[in-house]
Amino acid sequence: MEQTNLVLHDRNRLKEHSIATILFRKYSVRLVGMLFLLTVAASAFFPFYTMLISSSHDNYAIMNTVTLVPGTSFLRNYARLTENLNIWRGFRNSAFIATVSTTLNLYITALTAYAFSKFSFKGKSFLFGIILFSIMIPGQVGTIGFYKQMSDMKLINSYLPLILPHMANCFGVFFFRQYLNATLPDEIIEASLMDGCKELTIFHWVVLPMMVPALVTQGVLAFIGNWNSYLMPLIIIREGRKMTLPVLIATVKSANVADFGAQYVGILISVIPLLVIFSFASNMLMDKITAGDALKG
Amino acid sequence: MVLKNRAKYAYFFITPFFLAYITFTLFPILYSFYLSFTELDPLGGTIKFVKFNNYIRLFTSGFFLQSFLNTLAIWIISIVPQLTLAMVLSLLLQAKWIRGRRLFRSIFYFPNLVTPVTIGVLFGMLFSHPGGAINNILLMLNLTKEAVHFENSPILSRMVIGLAICWQNFGYNILFFTAGLNSISSTIYEAAEIDGANAWQKATKITLPLMRPILIYVMITSVIGGLQMFDVSKMVFTDVPGDRTTTMVQYMYESAFERWQISFGASVSYGIFLIIAVLSLLSYRVVSGNPAPRLHKHQTIGGGN
Repeated sequence: MEQTNLVLHDRNRLKEHSIATILFRKYSVRLVGMLFLLTVAASAFFPFYTMLISSSHDNYAIMNTVTLVPGTSFLRNYARLTENLNIWRGFRNSAFIATVSTTLNLYITALTAYAFSKFSFKGKSFLFGIILFSIMIPGQVGTIGFYKQMSDMKLINSYLPLILPHMANCFGVFFFRQYLNATLPDEIIEASLMDGCKELTIFHWVVLPMMVPALVTQGVLAFIGNWNSYLMPLIIIREGRKMTLPVLIATVKSANVADFGAQYVGILISVIPLLVIFSFASNMLMDKITAGDALKG
Repeated sequence: MVLKNRAKYAYFFITPFFLAYITFTLFPILYSFYLSFTELDPLGGTIKFVKFNNYIRLFTSGFFLQSFLNTLAIWIISIVPQLTLAMVLSLLLQAKWIRGRRLFRSIFYFPNLVTPVTIGVLFGMLFSHPGGAINNILLMLNLTKEAVHFENSPILSRMVIGLAICWQNFGYNILFFTAGLNSISSTIYEAAEIDGANAWQKATKITLPLMRPILIYVMITSVIGGLQMFDVSKMVFTDVPGDRTTTMVQYMYESAFERWQISFGASVSYGIFLIIAVLSLLSYRVVSGNPAPRLHKHQTIGGGN
């Protein structure tokens, strides 16, 4: 009842107003909305802008003025940064670890998802239940045990503890299984079997090629997640020349004490690869989420 | 017919995954549990069984409680504006007259991909004292007489960390909310329009109730992820009085790898696990227990696997 009253009231009010008032209200709402969007977008961009601009100014300008246009000190800042911090070695280490572990992750995960999607075997739903349950477990629970285990196995300062665990990516199995259930008809597998293909051949030459779109999205996300990870490399790698980029970036302040210019160049270098990936994968990544892949269940 | 007897291949295909799962996921979790009941000498490597000693210390010393309160405070400071902003912006971006929707969403989403350590260092620099960009702007606009020492104040330093985390995640939540909004059939809105509902009524009586499954999902993942905050919160400030920005995972890290009390660190990680489990259930109750009408009862997240 209350709602109908409200609606009637609203209609009567509308009749009282002239067309001009209605148009004015409509466009002022749009104006406020657009201004709000632009303000949030500007604030979201502000930290990057400051980083970009400050990296090219000397410390005096950064510390004492509001800098809005690029300066001329970028190369000097860069030189001081690389004198104290071998940032490109960290860059290479991170790239190596992220590439190898993402490749391994995708292959093993896709293989497992294929088995869960197109085969029937004993214990299948139980094992898949374990995978789903594991997605919900907070990652930090195993951290200490993992460290002790790796130190027992004499794997501290080795890259293996940073690569091998990614073979067991539970979310990846879930995601790929959903994808295969939706896109790969059983008939294709049956036909290939009739033609006498071996099981592993079918996976390599029929299933994997069909999974390319899903592999790319999951791969980009896994790569970024790996590239960004901090806690694991921090506790596993103790040797300076093996450290990954995030671990080095974390020390940028203490390596360049009170040297804002050099620090800004350092964090700028760590953002660039992500910006490059994002510039051609943004739509794909956002679609993966907006299509509700995680939500369809 | 040919499809019979394929089970052995399935076992062959899932073996590498489960080997890695048992070795690198399951075993460390159980090993942590075992370690939390021991005392480990980091130099000699000897392990002594000490029953509940670590847990008694965990819950009576007050440091863990403090780290929990710090985490909760920073989490609340970041989650409230984060979800509000994400909801308002995703509703706004649904409007037909908006131009450049994807560009806006990209700008809002990008911070989510940036290395958390970088975000932490960057915000620490922006809010540093003296000479941080924020202080320079405040001084230029004459909003303060002298530079604000953000790091020196527990409240301000928590707010800066909360802001950094909000900045990192609000665009990601927009994507989820947008997915939820798109899943609501336009016929429901059309029917409401015919009945004369205005924009506010449509938002509160249709959109919000139908968005509940997404809200539940976002809330629970925010609890699980947010209470494990480490990278950003550790990097922003290093010298806050009373360690009022030391989070639970940071306390675990410092116990195990700076003070080298590895067994105690393991008990901290199980303390965190307990807290996260309780708070996820609690937030599930809060978000789903509201007596408002649910039009689509079958519309639950993660169901029907």
